[in-house]
Amino acid sequence: MSSVLLPCLAKNLLNLAADAVGSLVEVDNVELLSGAEMVVRSLRDEGVKYIYGYPGGALLHIYDALFKEEELTHVLVRHEQAATHMADGYARASGKAGVVLVTSGPGATNAITGLATAYMDSIPMVVISGQVPSAMVGTDAFQETDMVGISRPIVKHSFMIKDPREIPEVIKKAFYLAESGRPGPVVVDIPKDMTDPTKKYEYEYPKKVKLRSYNPATRGHSGQIRKAAELLTSAKRPIIYSGGGVILGQAAEPLTELAKNLNLPVTNTLMGLGGFPGSDRQFLGMLGMHGSYVANLAMHHADVIVAVGARFDDRVINGASKFCPNAKIIHIDIDPASISKTIRADIPIVGPVEAVLSEMNSVLAETGDKPAKEALNSWWKQIDEWRGERKMFPYDEGDGSIIKPQAVIEALYEVTQGDAYVTSDVGQHQMFAAQYYRFDKPNRWINSGGLGTMGFGFPAAMGIKLHYPDAEVACVTGEGSIQMNIQELSTCLQYDLPVKIINLNNNALGMVRQWQDMQYSSRYSHSYMESLPDFVKLAEAYGHVGIQIERLEDLKPKLAEAFAMKDRLVFVNVVVDPGEHVYPMQIKDGSMRDMWLSKTERT
Amino acid sequence: MRHIISLLMENEPGALSRVVGLFSQRNYNIESLTVAPTEDPTLSRLTLTTKGHDEVIEQITKQLNKLIEVVKLVNLSESAHVERELMLIKIKATGAQRAEIKRTTDIFRGQIVDVTSSVYTVQLSGTSDKLDSFIQAVGTASILEVVRSGVTGIARGDKILSV
Repeated sequence: MSSVLLPCLAKNLLNLAADAVGSLVEVDNVELLSGAEMVVRSLRDEGVKYIYGYPGGALLHIYDALFKEEELTHVLVRHEQAATHMADGYARASGKAGVVLVTSGPGATNAITGLATAYMDSIPMVVISGQVPSAMVGTDAFQETDMVGISRPIVKHSFMIKDPREIPEVIKKAFYLAESGRPGPVVVDIPKDMTDPTKKYEYEYPKKVKLRSYNPATRGHSGQIRKAAELLTSAKRPIIYSGGGVILGQAAEPLTELAKNLNLPVTNTLMGLGGFPGSDRQFLGMLGMHGSYVANLAMHHADVIVAVGARFDDRVINGASKFCPNAKIIHIDIDPASISKTIRADIPIVGPVEAVLSEMNSVLAETGDKPAKEALNSWWKQIDEWRGERKMFPYDEGDGSIIKPQAVIEALYEVTQGDAYVTSDVGQHQMFAAQYYRFDKPNRWINSGGLGTMGFGFPAAMGIKLHYPDAEVACVTGEGSIQMNIQELSTCLQYDLPVKIINLNNNALGMVRQWQDMQYSSRYSHSYMESLPDFVKLAEAYGHVGIQIERLEDLKPKLAEAFAMKDRLVFVNVVVDPGEHVYPMQIKDGSMRDMWLSKTERT
Repeated sequence: MRHIISLLMENEPGALSRVVGLFSQRNYNIESLTVAPTEDPTLSRLTLTTKGHDEVIEQITKQLNKLIEVVKLVNLSESAHVERELMLIKIKATGAQRAEIKRTTDIFRGQIVDVTSSVYTVQLSGTSDKLDSFIQAVGTASILEVVRSGVTGIARGDKILSV
């Protein structure tokens, strides 16, 4: 039969033929696939290796197509929230979008926390959600929820499939949007009838897509970059303040080059750790609410601040009206809406941080300009005075009768030689991990910075371990956070994901308790954890290894023992001082330099 | 200060909800909104009025521009523009009032588009201020119903908003 003659009829016949044999038919290099098969094939053609999900009624056609798929591995989580965090953890470590598959209704709503987490931290992610059949949308059908509506404020964009033939193009667009410009999560909602296995259509995965309404900047404005270079080299007290954009935008290298070339001090946001080597002399530590004394002071007294891929978050700037009174601000960001949002920029530069910094480096190389040596030397002298002889984050080490949480992170750093992927949940343990683990490389520190999602760390660690099986992956958590996704211990057994869980167990929701100590006269309203499980036995019940650490002298050897078990998930439950606080802590509505340094001293 | 923001967006389902959602989500204020397809059926033109400090307006325009479906945007209030709003208004019109309302309508260059023995329906277009003034002139006591379209507008001169 010629496909030139009566093409319509020919296609119909082919459709019938495809149905009859129940598999795809290839004619003239055009494959005929059902909507469900197109979803799976599009993901494969996009280069996706793993997807995380949970089946349900609206997804069954897609799951059936997955059953026949060999190159794509599906990871069955125990709760959809964990699927989103797994995808997120992978995305943060690799820079590529993670893929999630959830069913309609509760499957979709369970993915919401993970979507919001990814949205706040600009993490590329594609969430494919099942939906009730098109004809039933809007009728309050079983397991129906308006996923596009519910997720609208926490996605970069979303699609609902109206015709199965759109599937390849929409999926291509979803990845393009998720990964380009300022990255973010994208939802593709697919009504069940769009994946009907009996209806086949021509399949072709587009190589490229273009959207007339979406054109993210590919480079910065050269005039602005030149102006910024001039301002920077005329500075007496310059500082680089860099954030998560440097990690996402793969700009650690040009950033380090800029800092090294001009001998500039560097501070990172919580999201930006690893963007500049954490053990370098020029690194002043994290800044902000729990930032280092020296970083916050240096910011306050700076005359030129180069903000790179950072967004002047309220947890960084403290009181906006008192923020860095003498500083001129150069702000480099891919998202124009992040510039001058909370703090006015003197020189805004919209563009990918990597391209902008590289161009700035070449401008500086060309002119050979550098900040005046004398001024810079006295600035460094001042910084070193602030830094003093003590640790970057000094703490009272006590008499050794009880383990301090800070000591656990220091031990973790030593045992893993500073080379692990470290994920965290949210609270005191997160701040301790950020303060005491010195990240020398980008993409190694994985935490929910913007949304502050408890239950994030463990699934995120799983997503990383799946893709980087040879790397050490440690999840620093607390007994509150870990219980928000502890069911994933089961997933880890099924897929053999030997991550290490370091549980800083202080029998309390530590950060809440700290605020209650500081602001509510230690009235511990619902911040302590009664009837905690025996975590060692719990880990064992799930088929893993549990280790209990109660004495300081056991800390390093037992941590080393845990990491020596390369092929086992080890849950390390460390009993730590419940009275410990995270310091420094900025004083509300003050300037950058207004901080509590311990329970009794302040600046 | 009041700003008129006008934008072209993809004429797709869900696009409008993203624009409206943005305003409530980010706590921006929205005073009026009007939207319809353009001569190119793949595009809709949406015009809205909002109030806020310059920083807020700057954020609104940036956030609107960030929406994937928004193709182009202009803040009409930043330069010379023509602004129009359409109003249909039902007014009690009996006895001596009938002539008075007719006169007022003529003064405002409106038209009476429907008549009963006791009611006039007046159509009036112009700036929002003009429509407000008409309502004031007629007096709220005799007004039965007011429908306003919301503000729409276009830049003066050669400036155009197109793809």
